[in-house]
Amino acid sequence: METIVSIKPLLAVLVSLLVIPALISSSDKPNARESWTFLAGIITFLIVLSMLPVILQGKQIGLTLFEIVPGADIAFRVDGLGMLFALVASSLYIITSIYSIGYMRGLNEHGQTRFVCFFALAISATIGAAFSANLLTLYLFYEILSLATYPLVAHHQDERSKVSGRRYLIFILGTSIGLVLPAMIYCYHLTGTLEFSTAGIFADQLSKPAAIVLLLMFVFGFAKAGIMPFHSWLPAAMVAPTPVSALLHAVAVVKVGVFSIVRVMTGVFGIDLLAKYDLGIIVMIIASTTILLASCIALSQDELKRRLAYSTISQLSYIIFGVALLSPQGLLGGVIHIAMHAFGKITLFFCAGAIYVATGKKYISQMGGLGKKMPFTFAAFFIGSLGVIGLPPTGGFYSKWNLILGTLEAQQSIFMIVLLVSSFLNAFYFLPIVYQGFFGKSEEEVDGVPVKIKEANLCLVIPLMITAVISIVLFFYPTIFVNLINVGLGL
Amino acid sequence: MDNYPVLIVVVPLIAALLAGLAVWVEKRLSYPIALTGLALSTFCAVKVLMQVIATGPIQYKIAGWAPPMGIEYRIDLLNAMVLVIVSGIACLNLVASFESVSQETHDRTGAFYSIYCLFVTGLLGVTATGDLFNLYVLIEITSLSSYAMVALGDKDRGPLASLNYVFIGVIGASFYLLGVGYLYMQTGSLNMADVSLILAGHQGSSTVLTGFILCMVGLWIKMALFPLHVWLPNAYSYSPVAFSRAVAPLMTKVMIYVMIRLMITVFGYDYIFKTLHFSDAVVVLASIAILFGGVMALAQKNLKKMLAYIIVCEIGYMVGGAWMGNQLGMTGAILHILNDALMTFAVFLAVGNMVYKLKNVDLSNLTGIFGKMPWTMAGFVIAAFSIIGVPPTCGFFSKWYLIMAAFEKGAYHFAAALIISSLICAVLFFRVFEICFFPAVSPDHGELGHGESGHGELGHGKSDAHSPIQMEEAPVSMLIVSGLVSLSLIVVGLFSGTIVNTIILPFLK
Repeated sequence: METIVSIKPLLAVLVSLLVIPALISSSDKPNARESWTFLAGIITFLIVLSMLPVILQGKQIGLTLFEIVPGADIAFRVDGLGMLFALVASSLYIITSIYSIGYMRGLNEHGQTRFVCFFALAISATIGAAFSANLLTLYLFYEILSLATYPLVAHHQDERSKVSGRRYLIFILGTSIGLVLPAMIYCYHLTGTLEFSTAGIFADQLSKPAAIVLLLMFVFGFAKAGIMPFHSWLPAAMVAPTPVSALLHAVAVVKVGVFSIVRVMTGVFGIDLLAKYDLGIIVMIIASTTILLASCIALSQDELKRRLAYSTISQLSYIIFGVALLSPQGLLGGVIHIAMHAFGKITLFFCAGAIYVATGKKYISQMGGLGKKMPFTFAAFFIGSLGVIGLPPTGGFYSKWNLILGTLEAQQSIFMIVLLVSSFLNAFYFLPIVYQGFFGKSEEEVDGVPVKIKEANLCLVIPLMITAVISIVLFFYPTIFVNLINVGLGL
Repeated sequence: MDNYPVLIVVVPLIAALLAGLAVWVEKRLSYPIALTGLALSTFCAVKVLMQVIATGPIQYKIAGWAPPMGIEYRIDLLNAMVLVIVSGIACLNLVASFESVSQETHDRTGAFYSIYCLFVTGLLGVTATGDLFNLYVLIEITSLSSYAMVALGDKDRGPLASLNYVFIGVIGASFYLLGVGYLYMQTGSLNMADVSLILAGHQGSSTVLTGFILCMVGLWIKMALFPLHVWLPNAYSYSPVAFSRAVAPLMTKVMIYVMIRLMITVFGYDYIFKTLHFSDAVVVLASIAILFGGVMALAQKNLKKMLAYIIVCEIGYMVGGAWMGNQLGMTGAILHILNDALMTFAVFLAVGNMVYKLKNVDLSNLTGIFGKMPWTMAGFVIAAFSIIGVPPTCGFFSKWYLIMAAFEKGAYHFAAALIISSLICAVLFFRVFEICFFPAVSPDHGELGHGESGHGELGHGKSDAHSPIQMEEAPVSMLIVSGLVSLSLIVVGLFSGTIVNTIILPFLK
């Protein structure tokens, strides 16, 4: 495959990093600070976008920065998969930074400069992870992301965020140091390289038992993917301000986890080796368990953001499930769910935040009748729900469709049931919220008096409308993402 | 100039004498004299390192006397690197010390600078010398000056810690001297290269074995390898912080260097790993040291003491790597000498800044200092990440080599100890971060403004609880050094490959 050497991947990573001094220096001029964030977001997105045509032609963009040990450099390589992820993350960053303005100012939050700085750092690390050429670089950005997110999770600096922050670190850092690090070094010890390649890095150094242990260490070790039993940091992390939950805990952070697992399965082990040792089925069982259990737990949550968190846990496992099918259709369905779920779920989080800012309500049981007051928000919530459930006319349908075809193609039709049951569960925990919102009754409502529309401020409503619309657009035009996956995985 | 090797050591020695004498003439002169001495020494060390990289090892005969009778300085890649580390850190520390020394030692600043230079002279000499007995003398110079330094520290606990340190330190030095005596009995020589040649014919001798073991035990006491570490935590935490900052990164690392020097240059790989059969046991001991140091650090309530136990833990890394008996292990150990010196220095610099402002660095006293001392804390955070082993800081890459070495050797317990110690360090430091990040809860007001963050209401009207915090940073000189050293952790990390390829691997070849 042709590789073009270019500095663009580095620039895409550096932009959000270099803007941090500017953010700090304009800490007492909020408007200037927000413009910097916005500018950085747009530049990052444009740089990522400028690489798109080359990638779609089937080429790759590479850049080696530092040679640490032979076969494990700090290096970037942009391929279809990384491009897909970077596109999603960088485009949503722009939208989220508008949303953050509305949210943080709407609630008059403290420490806003610290917030935007670490947000920028987190985005920089996310892009870096997307463009990593090898496992070492990926691990590096994975860790930076973990650490950059801590101050965001603990933002409120009260007792509850302290406990949540602690849990967040124990799970994320504990697994990455305890499981991924030794597994990675062991891989390097066996093969002398950590470079991703579609054929995998192992020739025949790996016996089946060792392969199983290593794979499990990776799958559980990248705990950002929220595979049970290492999932409980995600609901805890919901104490963070909603823009964090929306972009980081529905898109960037969790998907870096999933992306890492996908990279390890497709780039380190290689589909062929996984198929040879029948390892797909093990991962599928783990993923299915998470899908179903998390959906069931989601049903019982009354706090909206926690329900969304459990829904995220279950949806993330769809992606891993799809890849573990090891069939072209399954891979396509799984990986494209990175994008489809991102737009759907971020819409839902945006809505949760908008409701909180406008009314102060966090619990689903308080939200009856709110749809009449906030029709746009609830309409967007409806679209987002459809996306997550996987119904047309949203992009979510496309990934579910391919996943189900993938189970047939891989002759694992039993697992199709998992997908169908989970879709039902999703519908059960999302649609009643919408129904109650539009047709239920709120406490303040008086019969016969029409409810006045009182939406949250525009900075909150516009982003959630945009992401909802994109969800629908993706149903009709998923082509770019499909092409990227085909290029990236050589399907 | 051919005299650079000896100037590295002699210049600080002269500076020590002059700084001491200056007290009678003009007190304020001590500081510039000491600083100039160490800066010149650093300059010479860098020159020597460049020369060694370009043209290979340098032999320098003191006063022209030929070895083995005369004392020889023999500088190869390994000690050239250590010389740069020691002189560089000692010099930078002095730059950061001006304010904190006058704050802590009041009217005894002249004594401080003089003894400090003497201490550095000893360390540099230990590193440069190629003579076993000369090594002993220089170790004693270093040790005696650090006893005095510790006694200059905390008024209540300093003298006792110092006394304890003296007793154990003297025992360690005696062990080493006795070991050298045995070697002299067998070989009749004290020059390292010479002894090494003669020893090749006496591999089975029990005299040599006794000498070897005595030397090693002596060094292990001096480097505080578990279970011989008991003197270290108190000595390092009760000494003046300006001295802790230098002794913590340098002393133990130089002793590790001496151990590696004896292992490679004097006794040789074959003797240690083929003739003797206890290298596995030492690796096990190192694993235990790592875990013990980590667990003890967890139990500490004072930041300085916690860091002192982390040093005990890090010593285990290097001893284990050196005794692993493969090239990867030795590479990791040597790389870690550099990395650990830098990161311990960085973390102690940050602590020095805190001590300067807060006096007392009990963990409970650190609440909310992220707001008050953001720059200091930034340095502290980077250093902590390096100790935990987060890429791209340098601590990650030496750990990488060490774990690789353990896998290659099949010493999985050592790999496990390294991983567990990373986890323990993560807990340790994030506990500190948490205390520093969350504001103090004032007893009168309960949790200011946080009470209502529960159901339904807009529980965020708490801007009053977060009124802008007044910054109270340490002096600029301290901040600049702290920032530079912390940045160097990342730079050194990214260039680990270059360092290994230009210094460590050619040395091990």
